[in-house]
Amino acid sequence: MIVTESLSKRFPRVTALDRLSVDIAPGVTGLVGANGAGKSTLIKILLGLAPATEGTAQVLGLDVTRDGAAIRERVGYMPEHDCLPPDVSATEFVVHMARMSGLPPTAARERTADTLRHVGLYEERYRPMGGYSTGMKQRVKLAQALVHDPQLVFLDEPTNGLDPVGRDEMLGLIRRVHTDFGISVLVTSHLLGELERTCDHVVVIDGGKLLRSSSTEEFTQATTSLAVEVTDTDRCPDGTAALRAALVAAGAVVSDAAGADGLSSSGHVLYVEASGEQTHDLVRDTVAGLGLGLIRMEQRRHHIAEVFRDADAAAAAAAPPATPATAGAPSAPHTTQDGGAPDAG
Amino acid sequence: MPADSTTPVSTTPVSAAPGGASIHNIGYRHYDGPRLGRAYARRSLFSQSLRGAYGLGRSAKSKVLPMLLLAVMCLPAAIMVAVAVVTKAGSLQVGYTRYAIYLQAVIGLYLAAQAPQSVSRDLRFKSVPLYFSRPIERADYVAAKFAAMASALFILTAAPLLVLYTGALLAKMDFLEQTKGLGQGLVSVALLSLVFAGIGLVISALTPRRGFGVAAVIAVLTIPYGAVSAVQGIASVQGSESAVGWLGLFSPITLLDGVQASFLGGTTSFPDNLAPSTAAGFVYLLVALTAIAGSYALLTLRYRKAGL
Repeated sequence: MIVTESLSKRFPRVTALDRLSVDIAPGVTGLVGANGAGKSTLIKILLGLAPATEGTAQVLGLDVTRDGAAIRERVGYMPEHDCLPPDVSATEFVVHMARMSGLPPTAARERTADTLRHVGLYEERYRPMGGYSTGMKQRVKLAQALVHDPQLVFLDEPTNGLDPVGRDEMLGLIRRVHTDFGISVLVTSHLLGELERTCDHVVVIDGGKLLRSSSTEEFTQATTSLAVEVTDTDRCPDGTAALRAALVAAGAVVSDAAGADGLSSSGHVLYVEASGEQTHDLVRDTVAGLGLGLIRMEQRRHHIAEVFRDADAAAAAAAPPATPATAGAPSAPHTTQDGGAPDAG
Repeated sequence: MPADSTTPVSTTPVSAAPGGASIHNIGYRHYDGPRLGRAYARRSLFSQSLRGAYGLGRSAKSKVLPMLLLAVMCLPAAIMVAVAVVTKAGSLQVGYTRYAIYLQAVIGLYLAAQAPQSVSRDLRFKSVPLYFSRPIERADYVAAKFAAMASALFILTAAPLLVLYTGALLAKMDFLEQTKGLGQGLVSVALLSLVFAGIGLVISALTPRRGFGVAAVIAVLTIPYGAVSAVQGIASVQGSESAVGWLGLFSPITLLDGVQASFLGGTTSFPDNLAPSTAAGFVYLLVALTAIAGSYALLTLRYRKAGL
């Protein structure tokens, strides 16, 4: 879908891209990097709008320097910044953009109506866009990128400025662009966390260099953990600490504040590495044994950010001591299940 | 949408009403129709910009000023024609090539209002990257915008000439003479439209602020005109007739005035209706053509950098 080969872009003062080589397959791909990491420069080059200093890039099998126009006909682009004139309606605007992509007038109208409906704009599409909320504006921006039915869309920071609900809706919409519409997506963000739910593949660049490129599963398939939160009682004034001590004594791997996101830094949440059903039992029994109230016990996957942090920390910190009791246990139920299947058949 | 019923594959009946009508959840449909490419996109941008210059396809409020100015442009022509028909005059009060020069203030006002509308908006609201991420190229954008602005000005300036011509024929004036006059008039306003469109668009493309654009266009059209007229007046009083002729080069409207006087059989509004000498006349034409080509080149240069 997108192939770059030691792609570099140098400006007089800064190097925006430094010998970047990536190979992006169809699907939803996240492009992650801090501000100024070179994400927007990469998109510009891929659209054939800026020449690379050196190296080559291909989009949909077309060379960006030679076939820029052909690429732009098959690709959609949603810019990061606001780009909507306030005095026209979403319908008029998207129809105009569809015609700029070469759609005949009737087709432009039909596709506009369809696309706006798919991104979730209904009656309000006839009102001037100046009165739209940020969420609605983001939807129009997405619609204009999709209206000509591209094979690939570049979405530059589509969740910028959205509240948590709007952010979730936008991420869901991006997922649908691939699953329901069959359009591949390259979405940029400086937040790893929001891409892991949406993307099949994540490419991380920093300072114009490729830091890592791998599937989201690889990032997050590492052990799952249980988030456990308990009440304090008279007997145990600090229930969390007591539980922690008891669990460690029982051989579980416990950590607190495991996430980089704000949610987990409360200090009242314990993260127990789950190695199968018996970890749940262990937590339940331990909590009951201490007489604490169990507020919640939920399974959570590792976040991509943690994987990065772990990777960074791995070199410095020693691995936590693995307990043979819990490490060996999970294979037992699997063996039983595998053995049971042929009998059933 | 007739296609709805013809694509049952992607259509899932969600609920059926008693009357036989049903709501269908139409999934995403791919577009496999024609994609008409660059030339079509350029034409579309041209027609959208031209319509926009008269407020068509925009809010009712934005139709008021351009339509009003068009009416103001045509009104004196209509009055002159009415007078000519009633008095059975043998010729029109004002020549075809002189009409636009008389009403230059109206044309200037129109340009000041519409040129920023045409290009500053896209810059201000950052819609420009949306164009350039499509098959349309920067050169197409400049060509379409330039052609649209020049055409809008041509409509504004040619409409009253047609009113004059129709009236002149109704008043049974000499057909050949009037037709020749109309032809010269149309050539002169076409040149005026190109020069003015270039000036207006270059100034507007420099600023994303519409207000600045309006003020700057008015300033560039009126201040040099005032200065040139004043200096021409002084030169005329001092008897320096050739200086009067050359001075006209330095403001847009006197430049066009000189061209029409030299080549299109009109007279100038210069002091004592002095016309530029033949040599000066060619310089006038050359400067006018350079102004058009130069502003086009500047616009192209401006949009080479504008974008993402």
